[in-house]
Amino acid sequence: MSIITIERKVLEKNDEQARHNRDLFTLYQNFVINLVSSPGSGKTSLLEATLKCIKSKISVAVIEGDVQTDLDAQRIAKLEVPVVQIVTNGGCHLEAKLVNDALQALDLARTELLIIENVGNLVCPANYDLGEAQKVVVLSVTEGDDKPLKYPTMFRNASVLIVNKIDLLPYVDSNIETLKQNALRINPNLTIFELSCKTGEGINQWCDWLEQHMNNKG
Amino acid sequence: MHELSIAQNIVEIVQQNVPELDWPKVRSVVTIVGEQSGVVPDSLQFSYHAITASTRLEHSELDIEPVPFTIHCIECGVDSLTDQGSVQCPVCGMFATTIIAGTELSVREIKMDESYEVKK
Repeated sequence: MSIITIERKVLEKNDEQARHNRDLFTLYQNFVINLVSSPGSGKTSLLEATLKCIKSKISVAVIEGDVQTDLDAQRIAKLEVPVVQIVTNGGCHLEAKLVNDALQALDLARTELLIIENVGNLVCPANYDLGEAQKVVVLSVTEGDDKPLKYPTMFRNASVLIVNKIDLLPYVDSNIETLKQNALRINPNLTIFELSCKTGEGINQWCDWLEQHMNNKG
Repeated sequence: MHELSIAQNIVEIVQQNVPELDWPKVRSVVTIVGEQSGVVPDSLQFSYHAITASTRLEHSELDIEPVPFTIHCIECGVDSLTDQGSVQCPVCGMFATTIIAGTELSVREIKMDESYEVKK
Protein backbone atom coordinates (compact mmCIF):
# COMPACT_ATOMS: atom_id res chain seq x y z
CA MET A 1 0.00 0.00 0.00
CA SER A 2 1.19 3.53 -0.71
CA ILE A 3 1.02 6.01 2.11
CA ILE A 4 0.89 9.77 1.91
CA THR A 5 2.04 11.34 5.15
CA ILE A 6 -0.05 14.34 6.12
CA GLU A 7 0.28 15.22 9.86
CA ARG A 8 -2.01 18.21 9.73
CA LYS A 9 -4.52 19.55 12.21
CA VAL A 10 -8.07 19.09 10.96
CA LEU A 11 -9.10 22.59 12.00
CA GLU A 12 -5.98 24.22 10.59
CA LYS A 13 -8.00 26.42 8.23
CA ASN A 14 -10.05 27.85 11.07
CA ASP A 15 -6.94 28.29 13.21
CA GLU A 16 -5.29 30.24 10.41
CA GLN A 17 -8.29 32.53 10.06
CA ALA A 18 -8.34 32.96 13.86
CA ARG A 19 -4.68 34.02 13.76
CA HIS A 20 -5.57 36.56 11.13
CA ASN A 21 -8.42 37.90 13.31
CA ARG A 22 -6.05 38.06 16.29
CA ASP A 23 -3.55 40.08 14.25
CA LEU A 24 -6.33 42.56 13.43
CA PHE A 25 -7.31 42.82 17.10
CA THR A 26 -3.69 43.44 18.06
CA LEU A 27 -3.37 46.11 15.38
CA TYR A 28 -6.48 47.96 16.60
CA GLN A 29 -5.79 47.16 20.26
CA ASN A 30 -9.16 45.47 20.83
CA PHE A 31 -9.68 43.29 23.88
CA VAL A 32 -11.88 40.45 22.64
CA ILE A 33 -13.88 37.92 24.62
CA ASN A 34 -15.79 34.92 23.30
CA LEU A 35 -18.86 34.26 25.44
CA VAL A 36 -19.94 30.60 25.40
CA SER A 37 -22.60 28.57 27.24
CA SER A 38 -25.54 26.28 26.72
CA PRO A 39 -28.79 27.91 25.50
CA GLY A 40 -30.62 29.83 28.21
CA SER A 41 -27.85 30.23 30.76
CA GLY A 42 -28.02 34.00 30.43
CA LYS A 43 -25.32 35.13 27.99
CA THR A 44 -27.44 37.92 26.55
CA SER A 45 -28.66 39.02 29.99
CA LEU A 46 -25.05 39.08 31.17
CA LEU A 47 -24.15 41.17 28.12
CA GLU A 48 -26.92 43.65 28.89
CA ALA A 49 -25.87 43.94 32.53
CA THR A 50 -22.20 44.28 31.52
CA LEU A 51 -22.88 46.93 28.90
CA LYS A 52 -24.97 49.00 31.31
CA CYS A 53 -22.10 48.84 33.78
CA ILE A 54 -19.18 49.75 31.48
CA LYS A 55 -20.35 51.42 28.30
CA SER A 56 -19.86 54.93 29.70
CA LYS A 57 -16.22 54.11 30.45
CA ILE A 58 -15.22 51.81 27.59
CA SER A 59 -16.18 51.76 23.90
CA VAL A 60 -17.76 48.36 23.34
CA ALA A 61 -18.99 46.52 20.26
CA VAL A 62 -20.88 43.23 20.14
CA ILE A 63 -21.13 40.34 17.68
CA GLU A 64 -24.16 38.13 18.25
CA GLY A 65 -24.24 34.54 17.02
CA ASP A 66 -27.52 32.65 16.80
CA VAL A 67 -28.96 29.79 14.81
CA GLN A 68 -31.99 31.89 13.87
CA THR A 69 -33.38 35.43 14.39
CA ASP A 70 -31.79 38.75 15.30
CA LEU A 71 -33.66 38.99 18.60
CA ASP A 72 -30.44 39.24 20.59
CA ALA A 73 -29.04 41.99 18.37
CA GLN A 74 -32.28 43.92 18.89
CA ARG A 75 -31.84 43.65 22.66
CA ILE A 76 -28.26 44.93 22.46
CA ALA A 77 -29.09 47.70 19.96
CA LYS A 78 -31.50 49.16 22.54
CA LEU A 79 -28.45 49.92 24.67
CA GLU A 80 -27.01 51.97 21.79
CA VAL A 81 -23.96 49.79 21.35
CA PRO A 82 -22.70 48.82 17.86
CA VAL A 83 -23.89 45.27 17.21
CA VAL A 84 -23.72 42.80 14.32
CA GLN A 85 -25.87 39.69 14.20
CA ILE A 86 -24.53 36.50 12.64
CA VAL A 87 -27.30 34.01 11.81
CA THR A 88 -25.77 30.58 11.27
CA ASN A 89 -28.92 29.04 9.75
CA GLY A 90 -28.56 25.78 11.61
CA GLY A 91 -24.81 25.94 12.24
CA CYS A 92 -24.09 24.99 15.86
CA HIS A 93 -21.09 27.27 16.43
CA LEU A 94 -19.31 30.38 15.15
CA GLU A 95 -16.18 29.98 13.03
CA ALA A 96 -13.34 32.46 12.65
CA LYS A 97 -14.36 33.27 9.07
CA LEU A 98 -17.91 34.24 10.11
CA VAL A 99 -16.48 36.56 12.75
CA ASN A 100 -14.13 38.08 10.20
CA ASP A 101 -17.08 38.78 7.88
CA ALA A 102 -18.94 40.44 10.75
CA LEU A 103 -15.93 42.65 11.54
CA GLN A 104 -16.41 44.46 8.25
CA ALA A 105 -19.50 46.11 9.76
CA LEU A 106 -17.68 47.35 12.87
CA ASP A 107 -15.28 50.21 13.41
CA LEU A 108 -12.43 48.41 15.16
CA ALA A 109 -10.38 51.57 15.46
CA ARG A 110 -13.06 52.97 17.76
CA THR A 111 -13.58 49.76 19.71
CA GLU A 112 -11.77 48.95 22.93
CA LEU A 113 -13.75 45.89 23.95
CA LEU A 114 -15.37 43.46 21.53
CA ILE A 115 -17.68 40.83 22.97
CA ILE A 116 -18.64 37.89 20.76
CA GLU A 117 -21.69 36.00 21.99
CA ASN A 118 -21.39 32.51 20.54
CA VAL A 119 -24.24 30.19 19.60
CA GLY A 120 -25.76 28.59 22.73
CA ASN A 121 -24.07 25.20 22.80
CA LEU A 122 -21.72 23.73 25.37
CA VAL A 123 -20.04 21.34 22.92
CA CYS A 124 -19.18 22.58 19.45
CA PRO A 125 -17.92 26.14 20.01
CA ALA A 126 -15.13 24.72 22.20
CA ASN A 127 -13.16 23.58 19.14
CA TYR A 128 -13.26 26.82 17.19
CA ASP A 129 -10.80 29.58 17.99
CA LEU A 130 -12.23 32.92 16.85
CA GLY A 131 -9.12 34.97 17.61
CA GLU A 132 -10.34 36.08 21.04
CA ALA A 133 -8.11 36.93 23.99
CA GLN A 134 -10.29 35.10 26.50
CA LYS A 135 -12.98 32.48 26.28
CA VAL A 136 -15.58 33.09 29.00
CA VAL A 137 -17.96 30.24 29.80
CA VAL A 138 -21.28 31.01 31.49
CA LEU A 139 -23.01 28.31 33.53
CA SER A 140 -26.26 28.93 35.41
CA VAL A 141 -26.92 27.13 38.68
CA THR A 142 -30.16 25.66 37.28
CA GLU A 143 -28.12 23.55 34.85
CA GLY A 144 -26.66 21.39 37.61
CA ASP A 145 -23.27 21.30 39.31
CA ASP A 146 -22.02 18.33 37.25
CA LYS A 147 -21.91 20.19 33.92
CA PRO A 148 -18.15 20.90 33.94
CA LEU A 149 -17.53 17.15 34.17
CA LYS A 150 -20.01 16.39 31.40
CA TYR A 151 -18.69 19.03 29.00
CA PRO A 152 -15.00 19.19 29.92
CA THR A 153 -13.64 20.49 26.61
CA MET A 154 -15.45 23.80 26.98
CA PHE A 155 -14.26 24.31 30.54
CA ARG A 156 -10.71 23.29 29.66
CA ASN A 157 -10.50 25.82 26.84
CA ALA A 158 -12.01 28.71 28.79
CA SER A 159 -10.09 31.05 31.07
CA VAL A 160 -13.06 32.49 32.95
CA LEU A 161 -16.16 30.82 34.40
CA ILE A 162 -19.20 32.90 35.26
CA VAL A 163 -21.72 31.15 37.48
CA ASN A 164 -25.03 32.89 36.75
CA LYS A 165 -28.47 32.93 38.41
CA ILE A 166 -27.09 32.58 41.94
CA ASP A 167 -30.34 34.19 43.18
CA LEU A 168 -31.98 30.83 42.36
CA LEU A 169 -29.64 28.77 44.56
CA PRO A 170 -32.21 28.36 47.38
CA TYR A 171 -34.63 26.74 44.92
CA VAL A 172 -32.37 24.27 43.11
CA ASP A 173 -30.35 21.23 44.10
CA SER A 174 -27.11 22.57 42.63
CA ASN A 175 -24.32 23.02 45.12
CA ILE A 176 -22.17 25.93 44.08
CA GLU A 177 -19.08 24.62 45.87
CA THR A 178 -19.39 21.27 44.06
CA LEU A 179 -19.88 23.13 40.80
CA LYS A 180 -16.68 25.13 41.32
CA GLN A 181 -14.74 22.06 42.46
CA ASN A 182 -15.83 20.17 39.35
CA ALA A 183 -14.81 23.06 37.11
CA LEU A 184 -11.39 23.32 38.77
CA ARG A 185 -10.85 19.58 38.38
CA ILE A 186 -11.02 20.13 34.64
CA ASN A 187 -9.22 23.48 34.60
CA PRO A 188 -7.44 24.65 37.79
CA ASN A 189 -6.56 28.01 36.17
CA LEU A 190 -10.16 29.19 35.77
CA THR A 191 -11.02 32.60 37.19
CA ILE A 192 -14.51 32.23 38.67
CA PHE A 193 -17.24 34.85 39.19
CA GLU A 194 -20.57 34.19 40.88
CA LEU A 195 -23.33 36.56 39.92
CA SER A 196 -26.97 37.16 39.18
CA CYS A 197 -28.05 39.24 36.20
CA LYS A 198 -31.49 39.42 37.81
CA THR A 199 -30.46 41.05 41.11
CA GLY A 200 -27.17 42.56 39.93
CA GLU A 201 -25.19 40.79 42.64
CA GLY A 202 -21.60 40.17 41.58
CA ILE A 203 -21.85 42.16 38.33
CA ASN A 204 -19.47 44.86 39.60
CA GLN A 205 -16.69 42.37 40.37
CA TRP A 206 -16.94 40.96 36.86
CA CYS A 207 -16.93 44.44 35.30
CA ASP A 208 -13.94 45.44 37.45
CA TRP A 209 -12.08 42.40 36.13
CA LEU A 210 -12.91 43.39 32.55
CA GLU A 211 -11.69 46.95 33.08
CA GLN A 212 -8.55 45.75 34.79
CA HIS A 213 -7.76 43.44 31.88
CA MET A 214 -8.31 46.23 29.40
CA ASN A 215 -5.94 48.49 31.30
CA ASN A 216 -3.28 45.80 31.54
CA LYS A 217 -3.57 45.21 27.85
CA GLY A 218 -3.36 48.92 26.98
CA MET B 1 -23.10 18.28 15.68
CA HIS B 2 -19.97 20.03 14.49
CA GLU B 3 -18.64 16.69 13.21
CA LEU B 4 -20.08 17.54 9.80
CA SER B 5 -17.90 20.60 9.52
CA ILE B 6 -14.93 18.59 10.87
CA ALA B 7 -15.54 15.93 8.18
CA GLN B 8 -15.63 18.66 5.55
CA ASN B 9 -12.25 19.87 6.76
CA ILE B 10 -10.89 16.32 6.46
CA VAL B 11 -12.12 16.02 2.87
CA GLU B 12 -10.49 19.37 2.09
CA ILE B 13 -7.19 18.04 3.41
CA VAL B 14 -7.55 15.01 1.10
CA GLN B 15 -8.33 17.40 -1.75
CA GLN B 16 -5.11 19.31 -1.11
CA ASN B 17 -3.02 16.15 -1.17
CA VAL B 18 -4.59 13.85 -3.75
CA PRO B 19 -5.80 14.98 -7.21
CA GLU B 20 -9.53 14.36 -7.50
CA LEU B 21 -9.10 11.92 -10.40
CA ASP B 22 -7.13 9.67 -8.04
CA TRP B 23 -9.71 9.71 -5.27
CA PRO B 24 -11.00 6.22 -6.18
CA LYS B 25 -7.53 4.99 -5.14
CA VAL B 26 -7.90 6.38 -1.62
CA ARG B 27 -8.36 3.42 0.71
CA SER B 28 -8.51 5.21 4.01
CA VAL B 29 -7.84 8.51 5.69
CA VAL B 30 -6.13 7.96 9.03
CA THR B 31 -7.35 10.50 11.54
CA ILE B 32 -6.19 10.96 15.12
CA VAL B 33 -9.02 11.81 17.52
CA GLY B 34 -8.17 12.52 21.14
CA GLU B 35 -10.64 11.23 23.70
CA GLN B 36 -11.06 14.81 24.94
CA SER B 37 -10.97 16.56 21.57
CA GLY B 38 -14.69 17.26 21.76
CA VAL B 39 -15.38 15.10 18.72
CA VAL B 40 -17.60 12.02 18.81
CA PRO B 41 -15.98 9.29 16.64
CA ASP B 42 -19.31 7.70 15.59
CA SER B 43 -20.73 11.05 14.49
CA LEU B 44 -17.54 11.85 12.62
CA GLN B 45 -17.67 8.48 10.88
CA PHE B 46 -21.31 9.05 9.93
CA SER B 47 -20.58 12.57 8.66
CA TYR B 48 -17.59 11.46 6.58
CA HIS B 49 -19.65 8.85 4.75
CA ALA B 50 -22.57 11.22 4.35
CA ILE B 51 -20.47 13.83 2.57
CA THR B 52 -18.35 11.46 0.49
CA ALA B 53 -21.34 9.44 -0.77
CA SER B 54 -21.72 9.79 -4.56
CA THR B 55 -18.26 11.35 -4.86
CA ARG B 56 -15.04 9.73 -6.03
CA LEU B 57 -14.23 9.19 -2.36
CA GLU B 58 -17.29 7.06 -1.70
CA HIS B 59 -15.36 3.80 -1.29
CA SER B 60 -12.75 5.28 1.04
CA GLU B 61 -12.78 4.64 4.78
CA LEU B 62 -12.24 7.02 7.63
CA ASP B 63 -9.82 5.25 9.93
CA ILE B 64 -10.13 6.84 13.37
CA GLU B 65 -7.28 6.27 15.82
CA PRO B 66 -8.42 7.22 19.33
CA VAL B 67 -5.90 8.66 21.77
CA PRO B 68 -6.51 8.27 25.52
CA PHE B 69 -6.44 11.36 27.71
CA THR B 70 -3.08 11.47 29.51
CA ILE B 71 -1.67 13.93 32.02
CA HIS B 72 1.80 14.43 33.44
CA CYS B 73 2.03 15.41 37.11
CA ILE B 74 4.55 18.15 37.83
CA GLU B 75 4.51 17.31 41.57
CA CYS B 76 5.17 13.54 41.50
CA GLY B 77 6.32 13.13 37.92
CA VAL B 78 3.93 10.30 37.08
CA ASP B 79 2.05 10.09 33.76
CA SER B 80 -1.54 8.84 34.18
CA LEU B 81 -4.63 8.15 32.15
CA THR B 82 -7.59 9.88 33.81
CA ASP B 83 -11.34 9.56 33.35
CA GLN B 84 -13.68 12.26 32.13
CA GLY B 85 -10.91 14.70 31.26
CA SER B 86 -9.92 15.31 34.87
CA VAL B 87 -6.52 16.96 35.29
CA GLN B 88 -6.18 15.82 38.90
CA CYS B 89 -3.23 13.45 39.36
CA PRO B 90 -4.70 10.10 40.51
CA VAL B 91 -1.45 9.26 42.29
CA CYS B 92 -0.82 12.29 44.54
CA GLY B 93 -4.08 14.21 44.10
CA MET B 94 -2.42 17.42 42.91
CA PHE B 95 -3.74 19.59 40.07
CA ALA B 96 -0.32 20.81 38.97
CA THR B 97 -0.40 18.73 35.81
CA THR B 98 0.01 19.17 32.08
CA ILE B 99 -2.02 17.43 29.41
CA ILE B 100 0.30 15.34 27.27
CA ALA B 101 -2.19 13.54 25.02
CA GLY B 102 -5.86 13.15 24.26
CA THR B 103 -6.93 16.51 22.83
CA GLU B 104 -5.51 16.10 19.33
CA LEU B 105 -7.54 16.19 16.12
CA SER B 106 -5.43 15.68 13.03
CA VAL B 107 -5.07 13.81 9.77
CA ARG B 108 -2.01 11.57 10.04
CA GLU B 109 -1.87 9.92 6.61
CA ILE B 110 -3.80 8.82 3.56
CA LYS B 111 -3.51 5.18 2.57
CA MET B 112 -3.65 4.64 -1.20
CA ASP B 113 -3.94 1.61 -3.49
CA GLU B 114 -0.62 0.09 -4.47
CA SER B 115 -1.11 1.30 -8.04
CA TYR B 116 -0.80 4.88 -6.81
CA GLU B 117 2.64 6.36 -6.90
CA VAL B 118 3.31 8.72 -4.04
CA LYS B 119 5.19 11.77 -5.23
CA LYS B 120 7.99 12.64 -2.85
